[in-house]
Amino acid sequence: MALELRNDSRLMLERRAPILNLERRLFMKKTLTLGALSLLTGCDATEPSVQDRILGAMSRWNDGVQAAIFDVNKLAPTYAESDITDPFPFNGYYPEVKAPVVAEEGYALELSGMIANKESWTLERLRALPQVSQITRHICVEGWSAIGKWGGVPFGDFLRMVGADTTAKYVGFRCADNYNSSIDMPTALHPQTILALTFRDAVLPRKYGFPMKLRVPTKLGFKNPKYITAMFVTNDYPGGFWEDQGYNWFSGS
Amino acid sequence: MKNTPAKREKIWVHSLSVRVFHWINAVAIIIMIMSGWRIYNASPLFSFRFPNEITLGGWLAGGLQWHFAAMWLLTINLLVYLAIGLFSRHFRRSFFPVSPKSIMQDIGRALRGRLPHETGRYNAVQKASYIGVLLAIILTILSGLCIWKPVQLQELTWLMGGYEGARLVHFFGMAAICAFIVMHLALVAIVPSTLLPMIIGWARKPAVEKRTDGHGS
Repeated sequence: MALELRNDSRLMLERRAPILNLERRLFMKKTLTLGALSLLTGCDATEPSVQDRILGAMSRWNDGVQAAIFDVNKLAPTYAESDITDPFPFNGYYPEVKAPVVAEEGYALELSGMIANKESWTLERLRALPQVSQITRHICVEGWSAIGKWGGVPFGDFLRMVGADTTAKYVGFRCADNYNSSIDMPTALHPQTILALTFRDAVLPRKYGFPMKLRVPTKLGFKNPKYITAMFVTNDYPGGFWEDQGYNWFSGS
Repeated sequence: MKNTPAKREKIWVHSLSVRVFHWINAVAIIIMIMSGWRIYNASPLFSFRFPNEITLGGWLAGGLQWHFAAMWLLTINLLVYLAIGLFSRHFRRSFFPVSPKSIMQDIGRALRGRLPHETGRYNAVQKASYIGVLLAIILTILSGLCIWKPVQLQELTWLMGGYEGARLVHFFGMAAICAFIVMHLALVAIVPSTLLPMIIGWARKPAVEKRTDGHGS
């Protein structure tokens, strides 16, 4: 199963390329100036097709609908220890052997954006904070699901402690595997959203995101970034690795 | 069809609302099924995949975008149709009464090639299959909502047998709809005179009302 999933992740990356190429071929009408500008700014000035614009607009509409029906007090179902999926699958946009190795020594979580106290956080300090744990279902955008147990710091408590502006719209994450993602503030403050430092009561192993993973049982798996090195609070839409390629941004459960 | 259309009386077969519903629904269902197959292929429930050529979206994200856009078309169209159907008594008039006995009787007639096609009236097999496919669509939408929102709709998801149960219900709902589509298209191919009324609304009264059509033969 896990092998097939990895294959599929690879396939997705392969599939992406022809789609982007096709779009480029269809919309080569951009001017040279715009092309040069896009190289300078890193923005892609190619015009999306009408179909892609409609689908994109519907995806943003669905972001709004999901934000409206998201209930910050509704808890994700929890399970018994005996329900935990063993082995819990590894998943990423690369095979497991390519997972980053982050050394605890020298690691500190960087904070930026609309946060009063931007001091970075070592694992030692994070472990000293009150911890919680949960056994919840991780649901992948691909459709499969697996039950795991994560422990760590309630993210809402952490945000309030460091003086984050909780009226801001987004919390963004950057990761050691060049992955990035972002979530809405109400989800960040949901009681089950945690900065996970453990898996099955042991230090979070490399395959599941050492040193730190955001565990969000109210969102799809790809909204649960692993190997987090930095986080920021912002009102500017931060997007994300998969979100920028077409996965729905809110992707709430 | 031995047609001498000039003299024969017009019969209203399908109201405008039924026709609009039918064609929007047809488009929405086709988009949902083809994009759904693309999503299925990302993590197959069973040991097969759908050939990519008959799927929609190009890859998982594209399939998801189509699926979550067309779901609005499918659901809103269906809700309007259900409201009109209940309000205008279309359901009561066209779909009921339908008893298990009448269904068995008409299946028997169809198998013997003796089921008459009465223009503008549904036989018991038709009634049962239209009610059946509507229920299958409703069940597939509900199980789809559970896959989309297993936390927010956890009570409904629980009724579906949990998240993984909802995936199975969603799959078999799709399969039931596909079975209906195959049968539906086969019957239209056998009795092609039923196609035009679904577009223009009316048909000429056949010369011989009670003749045997090829239903099920």
